[in-house]
Amino acid sequence: MSVGDLASTLSNLAAEQQKLADLAKSLAAQAAQAMATQGEAAGTHSFFITGLTVFVLACFVGYYVVWRVTPALHSPLMAVTNAVSSVIIVGALLAAGPIEMTASKWMGLGAVVLASINIFGGFIVTQRMLAMYKKKSDGGGPKAK
Amino acid sequence: MTSIVALAYLFSGVCFIMALRGLASPVSARQGNTFGIVGMAVAIVTTFCLVEASSLWFIAIAIALGGGIGAVVARNIKMTALPQLVAAFHSLVGLAAVLVAGAAFSNPDAYNIGSAGKIHLSSLIEMGLGVAIGAITFSGSLVAFAKLQGLVTGKPLTFPMQHQFNLALGILTLVMVVGLILTQSPYAFWAIVGITFLLGFLLILPIGGADMPVVISMLNSYSGWAAAATGFTLENPLLIITGALVGASGAILSYIMCKGMNRSIFNVILGGFGSDSGAASAGAGTGDRSVKIGSAEDAAFILKNAASVVIVPGYGMAVAQAQHALREMADQLKKAGVQVRYAIHPVAGRMPGHMNVLLAEANVPYDEVLELDEINRDFGQTDVAYVIGANDVTNPAAKTDPNSPIFGMPILDVEKAKTVLFIKRSMATGYAGVENELFYRPNTMMLFGDAKHMCENIVKALES
Repeated sequence: MSVGDLASTLSNLAAEQQKLADLAKSLAAQAAQAMATQGEAAGTHSFFITGLTVFVLACFVGYYVVWRVTPALHSPLMAVTNAVSSVIIVGALLAAGPIEMTASKWMGLGAVVLASINIFGGFIVTQRMLAMYKKKSDGGGPKAK
Repeated sequence: MTSIVALAYLFSGVCFIMALRGLASPVSARQGNTFGIVGMAVAIVTTFCLVEASSLWFIAIAIALGGGIGAVVARNIKMTALPQLVAAFHSLVGLAAVLVAGAAFSNPDAYNIGSAGKIHLSSLIEMGLGVAIGAITFSGSLVAFAKLQGLVTGKPLTFPMQHQFNLALGILTLVMVVGLILTQSPYAFWAIVGITFLLGFLLILPIGGADMPVVISMLNSYSGWAAAATGFTLENPLLIITGALVGASGAILSYIMCKGMNRSIFNVILGGFGSDSGAASAGAGTGDRSVKIGSAEDAAFILKNAASVVIVPGYGMAVAQAQHALREMADQLKKAGVQVRYAIHPVAGRMPGHMNVLLAEANVPYDEVLELDEINRDFGQTDVAYVIGANDVTNPAAKTDPNSPIFGMPILDVEKAKTVLFIKRSMATGYAGVENELFYRPNTMMLFGDAKHMCENIVKALES
């Protein structure tokens, strides 16, 4: 057997090995993907149930808490719930997070601005309203305006 | 890391519950607001940890910009303009929900809900619903804002086939949501946005000005559901908790307002109230009956000689900005030894609790301000009922005339007081278009004029 034959067999073997390795890699990738999709499907499914549980319980909490709010404070209630619902800013921040300037990022930044208007505006106006409520015993001293 | 984030979000959620809990009494309310602010700060700072550090600058600028606008507006707004402000804020929540859903749709990787074109089924459904609710909240609140600000007439605007058209739009939205789920096409997504924008406009346009307390509460509720739907899409429990709290709050307020008018929520939403019903009962109160007209001096004399006075404010007081003059008048009366209290009807004004805020602004102690159930029995022992800017909520036809459009509505029994002083600009009917029987009663004295001037003139007469 000449050295040339040996070399060519070797290179053939190497090529075959490469092929096998590729095959193994693609199989592994496929398996991983299959696992991942399965896992994701299961994950989203279980999140939906978890989310629904949280949602229903929170509705009940909201129901009982809000019925206890005195009617005199219904306006501050609306203002503060408005501020609080701007917690949607959490979603906006995640969209604005990535470095690339995509459409998604711009929408996220826009939502951050809108939600911040609400958060600051809502809490401040609630504060202003609540500061005005005084009891008779507080004297209700003359204030400007 | 992720469990720390989840715990921080849970803490925020609890803070928000405490914020609402605080509103059970004016004493604990300020503390409640602090809870709310803390919860929000924790939520935002926690989320910062999930964001690329190099993006933080951009985000900080965006927050500073929005926060600055919000702070300036909230500091300078007049309390009488509060309903408009709240409506405007609701529209912002709606638009933010639309933008977040849009961002999630075009870059789902950022939220771990799949990749572009391969978004998970449940996320798609929630996204479709969330964006629809958000868009309706946005455009509906814009219309409510325009109506409250007086940019659009407060009268119901109707056109033929309105309900059928709205129904068709609603069905089209559902078709598009199904289309979105099947094709994941951006066209379907933006079509949902467009259609529901239009639907929001058309839903609120036919609703009249005095139904705004219900509309604002309803939109408040919608903004909560939009946040909750976004929470489902982004798999974020904090958004779900908060959305549910806000949604429940708005729904309860809508219910209270509807009960205050003895109307079903559907009746209000379908709109058109006050436009066609007036003619039916106009025949009951025809022209030849006379009313007793008094001057500020007459009113001052009657008020000074009374032992107890109950003041019934309505939207007219807000329009005339009469709350400060009114409180001066009440101070004068108290000095003269008269017992003065205030009676608030649930739907007085343009948003829930509107009158209470205005009276608080004028430094009226909140323990002098009573709700319908608390004070209605006392009218029989009251010398003078002083009605300022209210009309329909005092109309006895709600109890006696089954044909009246406001029949069955709970009213303040001012008719039982020995004397009723009624401040009005003219003899025009109230919002419901119903003649008020009360004007012609022998114990009623009409005081024609601007509510604020009338109070000021009475103060002058009391001083002299």
